[in-house]
Amino acid sequence: MKKNRLFFLLPYSLWILLFVIAPMILIAFDAFTGSHGEFTWSNFVQFFSDTTFLRMTLNSFWYAFLITVITLLISYPMAYILSHMKNQQFWLLLIILPTWINLLLKAYAFIGIFARDGLVNHFLSFFGIGPANILFTDFAFIFVATYIEIPFMILPIYNAICDIDPALINAARDLGASKWQVLGKIIWPLSRSGVESGIQAVFIPSLSLFMLTRLIGGNRVITLGTAIEEYFLTTMNWHMGSTIGVVLIVLMLIVMLTTNRKRHHQEVR
Amino acid sequence: MKKILWSAFTILLICFGLNLTAKKLDGNVSANSKRTLIIYNWGDYIKPSLLTKFEKQTGYHVIYETFDSNEAMYTKIQQGGTNYDLAVPSDYMISKLRKAHLLDRLDRRRLKNFKNIDPIFLHQSFDPKNNYSVPYFWGTLGIIYNDKFVKASEIQHWNDLWSPKFRHNILLVDSARDIMGLSLVSLGDSMNTTNSLDLKLAKTKLDELGPNIKAIVSDELKMYMIQNDAAIGVSWSGEAREMLDSNSHLHYVVPKEGSNLWFDNFVIPKTARHKKAAYAFLDFMLEPKNAAENAAYIGYATPNRAAKKLLPASLRNDRQFYPNQSAMKHLQVYRDLGPSKVQEYNDLFLEFKMYAH
Repeated sequence: MKKNRLFFLLPYSLWILLFVIAPMILIAFDAFTGSHGEFTWSNFVQFFSDTTFLRMTLNSFWYAFLITVITLLISYPMAYILSHMKNQQFWLLLIILPTWINLLLKAYAFIGIFARDGLVNHFLSFFGIGPANILFTDFAFIFVATYIEIPFMILPIYNAICDIDPALINAARDLGASKWQVLGKIIWPLSRSGVESGIQAVFIPSLSLFMLTRLIGGNRVITLGTAIEEYFLTTMNWHMGSTIGVVLIVLMLIVMLTTNRKRHHQEVR
Repeated sequence: MKKILWSAFTILLICFGLNLTAKKLDGNVSANSKRTLIIYNWGDYIKPSLLTKFEKQTGYHVIYETFDSNEAMYTKIQQGGTNYDLAVPSDYMISKLRKAHLLDRLDRRRLKNFKNIDPIFLHQSFDPKNNYSVPYFWGTLGIIYNDKFVKASEIQHWNDLWSPKFRHNILLVDSARDIMGLSLVSLGDSMNTTNSLDLKLAKTKLDELGPNIKAIVSDELKMYMIQNDAAIGVSWSGEAREMLDSNSHLHYVVPKEGSNLWFDNFVIPKTARHKKAAYAFLDFMLEPKNAAENAAYIGYATPNRAAKKLLPASLRNDRQFYPNQSAMKHLQVYRDLGPSKVQEYNDLFLEFKMYAH
């Protein structure tokens, strides 16, 4: 029996070893070596002493934060309404549908919508507001990023809200709680786990967005992802690229740990 | 359970069938056969009918694969998964490949049409004796402007880009060497400078260009210029050719004070297996008639003197794409400056992208 279990475990452990652990070791190895293969801290020293890198890190954090907050503001009410709708499966399908389309195709579609000769500007000039510069602005970048991330925020929140026992809500109402009190004291705390995994699912990928920064942001938005792309593809300086990668991985781990700890805390209480 | 197994089995069977059909459609010639030639080139960078003509003439089967950046090509040749017989890197990448001993020395006696190449395009710094490369196309870096928004007289020099008239109206190509290079030229420096102070000054000057810049993009630049989205774009002549063909309001200028001269050249990688076919193809492409046909289709400038004579006068005498002798003198070919200098160019450019706008 034991042998059997090991046998079934093999493909998964091989998968994790080859595609999760081995790449991480390779990245760490590259980050701690110089151009001649010698061990060095200098890549990290360079990263943390260079204002460009620090500014880039702050930029990445700031944009990821904005994207997450806006996505959450839109998604939470939407998930709540969704959980009270009639044809829930159908509406869910509509929300999931855009994720079936490739990210690049969606970005190109938005170029068409936001361009000077695009749909939005046609609409605006119809009201006489003239063609505005929409593409290559912070607004356009955050809008498109939010649009792309919304399904990943709605789904976990929706699941968490659906899991709430309706008896709890009824009990609260019977005891005289107002609608807002029910929302604040019952639904919000009980759907926290969904919100937390939604934040993780949106914030972490947003930290390293890079194609959108060029296609929609016109390189006005520079994030760590842009820098990694440049170091690996343009200058082929894999050591510095890996260093940025390690910093990003550490940042992501910190985000995951902080969002997870809160939930743990609550369960204890 | 049985149902699941059956449906899984059916799906597998269908996939297998589809795979077989796809293979059939591809033709049965494998890469290992002796009569093949594997070419590694940029996308849409050869007239397709020339490949069929070559196949008919010589009986070789051509496998044509494409890449979208010199760096991607370098990595693939270095790793040697496919044994390409011919590749088309740009100038600086040729010196890099050469230094990494990835190129095969050319036997020029086997290329009887090599004499058609204009000598001014030979013996460039990236391959001083042309032992490794055969020029395929060449071009420049320049300014594309839209005559709906800009008068020709307003934009003749690099310094004109800094004019306050073009606020938020310039698209730049996302390439460190080129954008740093134009700033260097506007300051009277060489595009190959290794002097850190000159580079810093060039970057400071670029920062002042910030308010004029609409965006820094790559391939999409073509589309935006064609759609009249911006008044001015900075890009390469090859890209400009395509834009001009699609929008008659666009024009291309190479500033007189100097610019970049770039080359795409054929090389034979060390790993090539079908050298005989490679030489046959090189000689075929060097034939004036074929080179002219190709140049007319692609629209880039051909280094083949005999082929240029065969081109229609409208193309041949187009000063935008075939600058005259005096203008040619001011063009500079990028030298491979070594990893640390290239890094410096790119770091300054990244800094410019971050702070300038």
